[in-house]
Amino acid sequence: MFVAWRDLRFARGRFALVAAVVALVTLLVGFLSGLSGGLAAQNVSAVLALPADRVVLAPPTGGGAATFGESVLTPAQTRVWRDAAGVTALHPLGLTQGRATHGDVSSAVAVLATDPGVDPDGPARDGRVTLSEDAATALGATAGATVRIAGRDLRVDAVTGPSWYSHTPVVRATLADWRALAPTPDAVTGLLVRGDTAADAADAAAGTASASPLGSLRFLPTFRSEIGSLALIVALLFGVSALVVGAFFTVWTMQRRGDVAVLAALGASRRALVRDALGQACVVLLGGVGLGLLVVVAAGAAAGTALPFVLSPATTLLPGALLVLLGLGGAAAAVRTVTTVDPLTALGSHR
Amino acid sequence: MITLHDLVLTYPDGDRRLTAVDHVSLSVEPGVVVGVTGPSGSGKSSLLALAATLVRPDSGRVVVGGVDATALSADDAAALRRERIGIVFQQANLLPSLTAREQLQVMAELAGPASRSARAAAPTRADELLGAVGLADLRHRRPHELSGGQRQRVGVARALMNDPSALLVDEPTSALDSERGAEVVDLVVRLTRELRTATILVTHDLQHLPRLDRVVRLVDGRVTAADAPAHAVPVST
Ligand SMILES: Nc1ncnc2c1ncn2[C@@H]1O[C@H](COP(=O)(O)OP(=O)(O)O)[C@@H](O)[C@H]1O
Ligand SMILES: [Mg+2]
Repeated sequence: MFVAWRDLRFARGRFALVAAVVALVTLLVGFLSGLSGGLAAQNVSAVLALPADRVVLAPPTGGGAATFGESVLTPAQTRVWRDAAGVTALHPLGLTQGRATHGDVSSAVAVLATDPGVDPDGPARDGRVTLSEDAATALGATAGATVRIAGRDLRVDAVTGPSWYSHTPVVRATLADWRALAPTPDAVTGLLVRGDTAADAADAAAGTASASPLGSLRFLPTFRSEIGSLALIVALLFGVSALVVGAFFTVWTMQRRGDVAVLAALGASRRALVRDALGQACVVLLGGVGLGLLVVVAAGAAAGTALPFVLSPATTLLPGALLVLLGLGGAAAAVRTVTTVDPLTALGSHR
Repeated sequence: MITLHDLVLTYPDGDRRLTAVDHVSLSVEPGVVVGVTGPSGSGKSSLLALAATLVRPDSGRVVVGGVDATALSADDAAALRRERIGIVFQQANLLPSLTAREQLQVMAELAGPASRSARAAAPTRADELLGAVGLADLRHRRPHELSGGQRQRVGVARALMNDPSALLVDEPTSALDSERGAEVVDLVVRLTRELRTATILVTHDLQHLPRLDRVVRLVDGRVTAADAPAHAVPVST
């Protein structure tokens, strides 16, 4: 890195420019990642936390893919699953969006229900609910208050952590209370199944669709379109940054070919030349990404609760590391030509 | 000590081959400067490139400080160059981002990061050599702040940094006026004596020949007047 460091200092304007571009890309990627993470959490955090090994839903009778919103599971389908191989526990799931009121305050909520004792965050018995943090804030209710859902007065057992479904905060109730909201009297939204089940056979026999809680995100059509477009933009930005860094180091390496030929003629090892060039790219990338992440963290902290923004290693360090890797890939493609420089050209009268 | 045995080098030339160096043998002892002269295109640079292990001969052998360089891999040839061969180029070929002293220090870093002791010794050695070429005061200047003659002297000092057994100099005076050129040749001769390098100096400038120990004249890649003492070579124009 002897020459690399001095080149960095000597041509600092050029390197600062590229580092600034990398910082900007990092800023955009970090911001979009944080926003995607925030939006995703507001869409699906309750689904991801469902207490089950498999979530079973019923596709619409008219055909088409199963969704949380439209799923209605009949008692007959429940019976098939109850008898399926490998099922160690099975509980009904109720999930419906509705309104809750507390005094004069009314708010859209998602009511999530199963048998008492299955969901550790759920209420202990009928006539009770628990409010997720944001539901409690929206309703202005605390533990001990009474909220009204679908014409029933329910006492708030506790306020739990954040939990969201389809951008509405979650209220947990028992199945019996949820039925007041349910579209058909003895049907449920789905099943929460424990055990290492023969899921394909059970799905075929019952005419249902099942997946792990993570896999069940595909039963949320809005999630796919929402995250899909954001992920596409993030992927494009990753591509842009690899190209920008690769292009810069291609031009830079071509400019340096004469110097590289001289160093090779003087006896520099190819390894030392490549290490120098890659080390230089690494410094530029780490500087740019580091700067970009600092701004992302500052902006994310400033945004606070105004935006659904998630600051976590997964939305900052991970994309940052990916940007460094992609940039190094671009630089490596350029720097490879260092090994093809003929030291003989250093002897020529014109370089 | 550097010995060239019966070297032949050809370049592709259409569907035939052009013979740039044609059965040349040459032996240079420590502390001796041999001049290589001849018209443009006579193979002087090609011969120097062979001696510097920058190209591989079609046939013949190059032995530097007791090591046969002919069969070395590219990496081993690079190691031989950095340990035993000093090269001074026609253009000084200094690195634009380095100061004069750093141009010399870089010679300790060619194989990767230098060892702690090598790194500690490099600045002292660099200052010594810059003093020897009369540039002690300019050691913090970068190439664009030096004159052509000063740059070429930095190039000479750099070539001597790793204490080479052979010093190979290609037309060091071609970019300089005759006075500056004479100074550089005198410097090479003086340092050859002091540091006991085996030196080959390529020049087409006959004015410098009397300062050298022996002169080899090349025409079309062949030696026409070899191993004659410098003063016996007719200096004609
Ligand atoms: N890389 C090369 N490829 C093809 N021909 C070359 C190359 N380098 C030199 N030559 C040819 O070899 C001959 C000797 O060139 P060179 O050694 O540079 O001579 P000098 O240094 O005496 O001017 C010339 O005819 C030149 O055109
Ligand atoms: Mg030449």
